[in-house]
Amino acid sequence: MTMPEATTPTGWSAAIGRRGLSYVLPFVVVAGLWQIASTFFPPFLFPSLIDVFKRCIDILTSWSQFADVLATVGRILAGLAGAFLIGAALAVLMVRSRAINDFLAPILTLFQGIPALSWVVFAIIWFHGIEPRIFFIMVMTTLPAFTFQVLGALQAMSRDLMEMVMSFRPTRAKLFRVMIIPAILPDILTAWKVNLGNASRVVVVAELVGATGGVGYELLQQQQVFDMAGALAWTLQLVFFVLIAQAVLTFVESIALRYRAASERTL
Amino acid sequence: MTSTPPIINLKSVSKSFGKIGATSAYVAVDRLDLQVGQGQLLALLGKTGCGKSTIFNMIAGLTEPTAGDVMVCGRNPFREFDSFRGKMAIVFQGDRLLPWRTAVQNVELGLEMLDVPILKRRETALRWLGTLGLRGHEHDYPHALSGGMRQRVSIARAFATDAGIFLCDEPFSALDEVTGRTLRAEFVRLVRESGKTAVFITHSINEALEIGDRIVVLKRPATIAIDLPLSAATPLVEKEAIRHQIQSVLAA
Repeated sequence: MTMPEATTPTGWSAAIGRRGLSYVLPFVVVAGLWQIASTFFPPFLFPSLIDVFKRCIDILTSWSQFADVLATVGRILAGLAGAFLIGAALAVLMVRSRAINDFLAPILTLFQGIPALSWVVFAIIWFHGIEPRIFFIMVMTTLPAFTFQVLGALQAMSRDLMEMVMSFRPTRAKLFRVMIIPAILPDILTAWKVNLGNASRVVVVAELVGATGGVGYELLQQQQVFDMAGALAWTLQLVFFVLIAQAVLTFVESIALRYRAASERTL
Repeated sequence: MTSTPPIINLKSVSKSFGKIGATSAYVAVDRLDLQVGQGQLLALLGKTGCGKSTIFNMIAGLTEPTAGDVMVCGRNPFREFDSFRGKMAIVFQGDRLLPWRTAVQNVELGLEMLDVPILKRRETALRWLGTLGLRGHEHDYPHALSGGMRQRVSIARAFATDAGIFLCDEPFSALDEVTGRTLRAEFVRLVRESGKTAVFITHSINEALEIGDRIVVLKRPATIAIDLPLSAATPLVEKEAIRHQIQSVLAA
């Protein structure tokens, strides 16, 4: 058995400092370049970061504007949750039945080839309400990825471990709880991380065309008045959300997958 | 053989893989008759690929015979799969520990299936880990344990359910000789003390001679070549004769 090397508090703080610096440095460089550009170009092309910051504060402190951010976040999470639940159910059916797999796999592959904008057009034609439209778009654009990722995880489960658990004759519910869910959890978390980025891009397109509120709708308003600071500020709201959501997922991952050997993490 | 009804009873059991009757079908077990009595420790010996693990899987109810009957305690372990919950424990070739569970949580697995209350199952799991010399490692994840320690956890997991029947598929073959011998001795002691019925699959003649109070040697496809009673009192000279007999059968 190997024991991890002892790390002193000073060593820890230095490591955290280095990691923090390496994380922040790229953002500082991009922001610095932008700020330099703002001194040479008019504000409708490269607004000062101070203006962008002020607009961000406006959005965060004004309930009517912040409600738009929350609406977009809600749509992303609802769409992802819907796609995940449907995708996981489809994946279970596909892994249980070869006939269902043979039937669904080509359809999901076909869906993957349809551009997000086409789903937006279909949704506008097929649905009346704004929320059903956006939910439909979000589900259809992320469903194939979720399904294939969960399916892959189910198929990759260790046959040896499955046999071992089956030898104890578990009920179906216990089999899912003690074996299937923990075995596929790492892939589920990865799927959420990947699809979160995809969903945040798609939701803007969906709101841009078919909504009367949300970050996408607000971006359209900024475009119509050539307000680059506003456009950036609204975009940053979505970026903040993605960063926060990714951090939450990473935290969940660090708790749920703490059993992994250290060498696996450093690969 | 015992006069009481056998606990494990295989009657003219065959198992083929691939389409039955097709030239590509592989016959792993061919009309095998085998009975194991209450409290017997049977060592099932044979060369690699002779169908030992297929017999093991059929007794465990993990696979169904192509023909014949497999009965355990008078019931079909494949068709009445759930009725054997808690009645049969298996020790596999590898430790097969769930990597996301600590040692104690792995030992608790079978007890969870039996709906044993959490405090009771924790107490039982800790006791078995202590018996197998793993005190101090209860909350370690499998990756932090050595191969021998992991196999001890898997033995503790099997004993914790207090099942009456033990099936072991070469559980010590992946360990070094010293660790394997120590664990084997502990295992046999625990099985004998608790009066369990056990089928121990091995490809090692020495292991079979050390463990079994009966040795069945299989030839390919799994049919019985030799069926020999044995005991701790069997003289060394007789054991050597048995060894030579087994060697000649396996070499044939």
